[in-house]
Amino acid sequence: MHFHKFEKIWLVFGIISLIVFLSVVGITAFSHDHHPAGGMDTIDPEKVNETAPFDNPGVTQLDEDTYQVAIVAMAFGYTAPELKVPAGKEIIFKVTSTDVVHSFTIDDTKVNMMVVPGQITTRSYIFDKPGKYLILCNEYCGTGHHYMFTEIEVY
Amino acid sequence: MIAQQDRKLALSYISVAYIAFLIGTLMGLLQVFIRNDKLDLPAWLDYYQILTAHGVLLALIYTTFFIFAFFITGMSKSLGTFGPKVRLWSWVGFWVTLLGTVMATVLIVIGEASVLYTFYAPLKANGWYYVGLALVIIGTWIASFALIGHYRVWRKNNKGQLSPLFAFMTITTIIMWLIACLGVVATVLFQYIPWAFGWTDTINVELSRSLFWFFGHPLVYFWLLPAYIAWYVIVPKILNVPVFSDSLARLAFVLFILFSIPVGFHHQLTEPGITNFWKFLQVVLTFMVIIPSLMTAFTMFANFEISGRKKGATGLFGWFKKLPWKDIRFTSIFIAMAFFIPGGAGGIINASFQLNEVVHNTLWVVGHFHITVGTPVAMTFMGLTFWLIPYLTGRKFTKSMKVLAFVQIITWSIGMLLMSTAQHVLGLLGAPRRTAYSGYNGHPSAMEWFDGILSSHVTMAVGGSILFVSAMILIYIVVMSMFLSPKALKVEDQVEFPMAESDKSHTPKWLENWWIWIGIAFVLIIIAYAIPLSSMIMHAPPGSEGFKTW
Repeated sequence: MHFHKFEKIWLVFGIISLIVFLSVVGITAFSHDHHPAGGMDTIDPEKVNETAPFDNPGVTQLDEDTYQVAIVAMAFGYTAPELKVPAGKEIIFKVTSTDVVHSFTIDDTKVNMMVVPGQITTRSYIFDKPGKYLILCNEYCGTGHHYMFTEIEVY
Repeated sequence: MIAQQDRKLALSYISVAYIAFLIGTLMGLLQVFIRNDKLDLPAWLDYYQILTAHGVLLALIYTTFFIFAFFITGMSKSLGTFGPKVRLWSWVGFWVTLLGTVMATVLIVIGEASVLYTFYAPLKANGWYYVGLALVIIGTWIASFALIGHYRVWRKNNKGQLSPLFAFMTITTIIMWLIACLGVVATVLFQYIPWAFGWTDTINVELSRSLFWFFGHPLVYFWLLPAYIAWYVIVPKILNVPVFSDSLARLAFVLFILFSIPVGFHHQLTEPGITNFWKFLQVVLTFMVIIPSLMTAFTMFANFEISGRKKGATGLFGWFKKLPWKDIRFTSIFIAMAFFIPGGAGGIINASFQLNEVVHNTLWVVGHFHITVGTPVAMTFMGLTFWLIPYLTGRKFTKSMKVLAFVQIITWSIGMLLMSTAQHVLGLLGAPRRTAYSGYNGHPSAMEWFDGILSSHVTMAVGGSILFVSAMILIYIVVMSMFLSPKALKVEDQVEFPMAESDKSHTPKWLENWWIWIGIAFVLIIIAYAIPLSSMIMHAPPGSEGFKTW
């Protein structure tokens, strides 16, 4: 097959850029543990309120530098009493849903998690700045979707 | 001109496409004003119903019907008049797709299916909505196999020859479509329909999402490849140059069969149930389509430059001025291509693994759609519409229509530039997609999003309104070309189907050995999907009951 000389240069340049780009993304992901939200834990969507940690939703301190925040999403809100976490500490969010698919998205941060019934989504995050952050649902979940929000206070 | 009966078939497809376009764009106009808090809907109508209708009618129905009209016309022109069987099955395909469309639309209108066009479980629509969607797919399959039948007849009569480029590209698109639909057909037939009618109690949500996205990403290439056909085959003719390289054009297309499908997880990067390894593997495969995209970009600029130099252009960029800017068939498609540069770049951002968290399900994604399917694809289809309908009806594309066509394309460009820029900026600030008007109870962060000049509700509404005006001009052009423009009685008034010459004397024969490409495609699909999908089935949590939350 004939390739024009310029096209060869163009494609070689493009493919090398692609390899470099993917290597950067892959290396930061797997060597620095820089992954998007996810997790492989499952849960019975009808027994969420009886299953740990969602039987006691909210903030739990795991050790000196780590906090866990368990959240139950449902149409159209989050079961999350008194969300207050410290800045500069690792916060592990664990979220699940009792009904349809939602999201758990904290404005001004990289926390943007899909919440799928039957699954537990996990994301760890360290807040830099104290303040009140808006949490909202960005996956369509029904008539009240745009009223589904709450707040987290970082101190 | 192609046979009368084939023209009738193509015109029927185009008519449905533009009825869907009319309703769909009206829904779009309503949305920008609801989001603006300037419009209250009557109690029987809901924002999410309108959003569902907008997505289904424009992204699924307008595109699909237009694509088949284009394919039918081009296949009849390049391979000859359809035989009776091909014609019969094309009509069966048309009616089945239309029946499915009407069923789905009615259920959306009566509020039984406000589940958006992604219909994520466990939102549970009326079972007949899923039957309607299944019929849409089955209808396209019937029409696809009719075209494949037509192609096979040609191959049999022209043993050992490569098919014309238009036919080759059509068949490539169809093969990709048939394989892609397997995912959505599997989930709709075996998961949604039994569950929606109550034959099964629960649904495996994560599996249904993954099967949907097995289909959902190649769906965008099903929209894009027909536009690429126009870029590769129609544009050179308008520029009066031959196809730049027949073999590279074919190679680019078969690469889309390989790399369009095993990539759906990049729509699911921020969700649970898929390990990071499989997500990342599919990200890598996603990026492989950059290779045929770079080939396409090169070919386009090569065409422009060759054409400009033929007309006496000198210097590095002199050819740019020599392009046929006064020909709306060219200018429309050129603008469409220009929009695809930021559109494609945005797509790379979206699929970049961790980076996806910044934009996932924000208004950025909505902006991204509108400068990919909403302009590069849709505007290419508009550029085709201007001559395709007169070509099929034997009417003139009059001077006043040409002027209107320019107005239409320019207004669409301006409207889209305003609206999509606002959406991109708002998305980066964090504003979510798929929401009716919401200030989140006056939360300061939410208020801030809309403070900017570009990111204000006003910019989006102004853009949306200009787009609607543009859409109505297009509808006017369509109606005129369909029924009212004067008949082209003289040969010089007749509108041509511009199809460029393609020199296939150096094209290797293996490019048209479909079994190679289908085989590799399935190998890649198995590598990318077999293990994660089977683990979703084997390690499935208890399933979900349905919910009607609207």
